[in-house]
Amino acid sequence: MLDVLKRVFGMSEKKSGAVAKERLQVVLIHDRASISPEIMEKIKEEIITVLSKYMNINRADMEIALENDADSVALVANIPVNSMRHAR
Amino acid sequence: MSQIIVITSGKGGVGKTTTTANIGVGLAMRGNKVALIDTDTGLRNLDLLLGLENRILYDLVDVTSGRVQYKKALVRHKKYENLYLLPTSQVKDKSAVNPDQLVKLCEEMKREFDFIIIDCPAGIEQGFKTAIAAADTAIVVTMPEISAVRDADKIIGELGRADKENIKLIVNRIRPQMVEKGDMLDMTDIDEILSVACIGQVPDDESVVVATNRGEPVITMNNSTAAQAYKNIVARLCGENVAFYKPPKEGFFARLKKLFGLL
Repeated sequence: MLDVLKRVFGMSEKKSGAVAKERLQVVLIHDRASISPEIMEKIKEEIITVLSKYMNINRADMEIALENDADSVALVANIPVNSMRHAR
Repeated sequence: MSQIIVITSGKGGVGKTTTTANIGVGLAMRGNKVALIDTDTGLRNLDLLLGLENRILYDLVDVTSGRVQYKKALVRHKKYENLYLLPTSQVKDKSAVNPDQLVKLCEEMKREFDFIIIDCPAGIEQGFKTAIAAADTAIVVTMPEISAVRDADKIIGELGRADKENIKLIVNRIRPQMVEKGDMLDMTDIDEILSVACIGQVPDDESVVVATNRGEPVITMNNSTAAQAYKNIVARLCGENVAFYKPPKEGFFARLKKLFGLL
């Protein structure tokens, strides 16, 4: 009887179309995050350029990478700061 | 100003060649001078869909290798006299034509044609790179199925890397009843996932099979929902603002009625 009620009110279990959409959204995050090393290097250089306007950073120990989780991707950067420039 | 459009998909079997044939005929029916170039070398099929398979003398490889002038290789459609096909070779492979050769050919053909439509092979290898090289617009064909959408996303990424900015999407073989039941991705879902402007959705229609059997693209048939969908796509390509067909949503009372119908 509950099933029948659920069907009347359109609340039955999640439809396969919605499942497909969710699965796709997750897999595409991962697909799109596979960036080539050259592009990663370019991103790193551009971050350095921007940050160097405000601080001296330790380029040698800088780390930057994309980290994958089950349902998300994050760009994680560890950038040691040697000293700050004077604010203008 | 002529347009060069590539029809691509990534995944095979989603309807690239069918789309190419229908858009080609549709544009020609509106009075445009249209050339279709099949670049699926080794797997020639566009000729079959147009019913031109018995009239081929020369092919794309004969042209790009300099053996004949492109005009000699073009096959003119008997019924739609503005429509020409440049068939590809059935014996060579995809490496037989390189991107520079196709760009050069299209530049030459642009002087004669309003539209040049390039049918791209499946995959993202050399054949794909050649097919997209000359195009200023790319139409990505996909289906409401996860593997086809994922491959479309990959292709959209590749097109971006090749600096193709004008990308449009066609969602092929939609089954409205399944969408209504929530068991199939609809155009809005796919649009949202891929974030590319959609220029049409084509229902899964048996008349497409009938049309293919006869070698007459479905767009020429009356009383076919797929034909109407292709006509709308062609109109949008020509800059017309045509509303998208939206199947009516099933409301509470419809569900209630269906339930009592079942009981």
